[in-house]
Amino acid sequence: MKRTALTARLIQLAFIAILMAAWHFSTASGSISKLFLPPPSAVWDAFSRLVVTGQFWSAVRVTLVTTAQAYLIALVVGAGVGYLVSRSRFLTDVFEPVIAGLFTIPITLFFPMFILFFGIGTGSKIAYGASYAFFPIALTTIAAFNSVEPHFLRAARSMGASRREIFRHVLVPRTLPVLIGGMRIAFVICFASVLGGETLSSIAGVGRNIALSAELLDTARMYAWIVFVVVTAVSLNFIATSIEQNAAAKGNVS
Amino acid sequence: MSSQASDSRPGDRSGSPPVAISVRNVTQRFGESGSAQDVLALDDVSLEVRRGEFLCLLGPSGCGKSTLLNIVGGLIKPSSGAVSVNGKPVNGVPMPKDIAFVFQESTLFPWYTILENFRIALKFQNVPKAEWDGRAMAALEAVGMAQFAQHYPTQLSVGMRQRVNMARGICVSTDILLMDEPFAALDEQSRMVLGEDLSILLARTGKTIVFVTHSLAEAVFLSDRIVVMTARPGRIKTVVDVNEPHPRSPDFMLEPRFGELRNDLYAMLRDEIRLAMAAQREQAGAAPR
Repeated sequence: MKRTALTARLIQLAFIAILMAAWHFSTASGSISKLFLPPPSAVWDAFSRLVVTGQFWSAVRVTLVTTAQAYLIALVVGAGVGYLVSRSRFLTDVFEPVIAGLFTIPITLFFPMFILFFGIGTGSKIAYGASYAFFPIALTTIAAFNSVEPHFLRAARSMGASRREIFRHVLVPRTLPVLIGGMRIAFVICFASVLGGETLSSIAGVGRNIALSAELLDTARMYAWIVFVVVTAVSLNFIATSIEQNAAAKGNVS
Repeated sequence: MSSQASDSRPGDRSGSPPVAISVRNVTQRFGESGSAQDVLALDDVSLEVRRGEFLCLLGPSGCGKSTLLNIVGGLIKPSSGAVSVNGKPVNGVPMPKDIAFVFQESTLFPWYTILENFRIALKFQNVPKAEWDGRAMAALEAVGMAQFAQHYPTQLSVGMRQRVNMARGICVSTDILLMDEPFAALDEQSRMVLGEDLSILLARTGKTIVFVTHSLAEAVFLSDRIVVMTARPGRIKTVVDVNEPHPRSPDFMLEPRFGELRNDLYAMLRDEIRLAMAAQREQAGAAPR
């Protein structure tokens, strides 16, 4: 078990190393234009010049705060709606297909309307990210609460558990592992939507800076931003995954 | 523990009413009448359970025996008829002060340790927190599972889980225990051993038990009275007495009278099982594709 995990890590690292090597050699040989893909060294230079600027950290802060706000809204509204819908078989039959259907619509198409309604500032990006992240949260909440085995509820009821106690000691611990999985996926979507929104139309944030660097043909700088986003996304996902694994259904009675 | 010499169970305490559970003309219908899902599960069932007795509900699958148990326990409200427990009416509301349920072992909450499963059961019944651990450990001690208090249910075998699950039902101080096919997921050998332990345990506590089972041997080995039910709609076909004091030893199974009783029960059930199977086939055939 330990050995397979170690092997898996080594293969993953080797994969990244091969990718970097391919990047380095393809640019060094001159087979790809330096304008389209600058060599890793140039990107690294651009990155080290970038991080020391105040502009960099303010852009990062804008994007992270916007993502956090959008995610919080999606979490509260999505989990709330999902829980209410899951409470009755009828509501589930009516609304689950509606929410799942709406989720298939590319909300990107409505992005200009978000700009019209919420302006070019962070408001439109919050609304856009929240709208996208709402769906996976609502859908996993509905699925999670509907999959709680009736025999657990019957046992709790026969012991005289109140609705509140059933919620806290049966529903929550039973659904938590599934909910956290949905929350993780929703976070990835939320982060991507906020960045995408910033790239399309905004005045600040990481996405805005990527778009701007591209427009100015400062590709080394653009890739520096992209590498930063990749590293951030991978780290956040790593943190979320470890939370998910630790939450593997442990309760506490007090 | 002292073995009872008389036929009566130690639960026959003077002073308390002799009838623990009374079921009067209970009828249960599922689905709207006249609709395709309309099922008459129980048809005018009346039954009295004496205090301190071990009563088995035996019948073919789908005969409504679990439904009857759930009605007695207040988990289902009957379509018509009345149930009273310890003289109090039960009307579709659980009465955790009077009745404890033991379901299959899978109803132990897997997200809690064994000890936490007991604590939560006691908490649900509003037992003061100070008593939780003492009562939990005493119950685990009684089934020889105290050393597993900190384990999660998934770390135990099915037989061990059911031992713990029985103890969870017994640790709450109700004098009535309803058991819904508690041993159904167990292999025959574990079933027999657990049945023996249950008989010993219950002789000590003097609880009134209603036990639903498919197993003829289990019914004869454990019960004071066996209620044989008909195929759907469930009615009471007959009631069989088993005159053997508790706790029962495995030797009881070797006595000729044990085999005779089991054979009699099988003869009574055979037609009902065939009827139930025919009804199931018919239902499957009529089901929309």
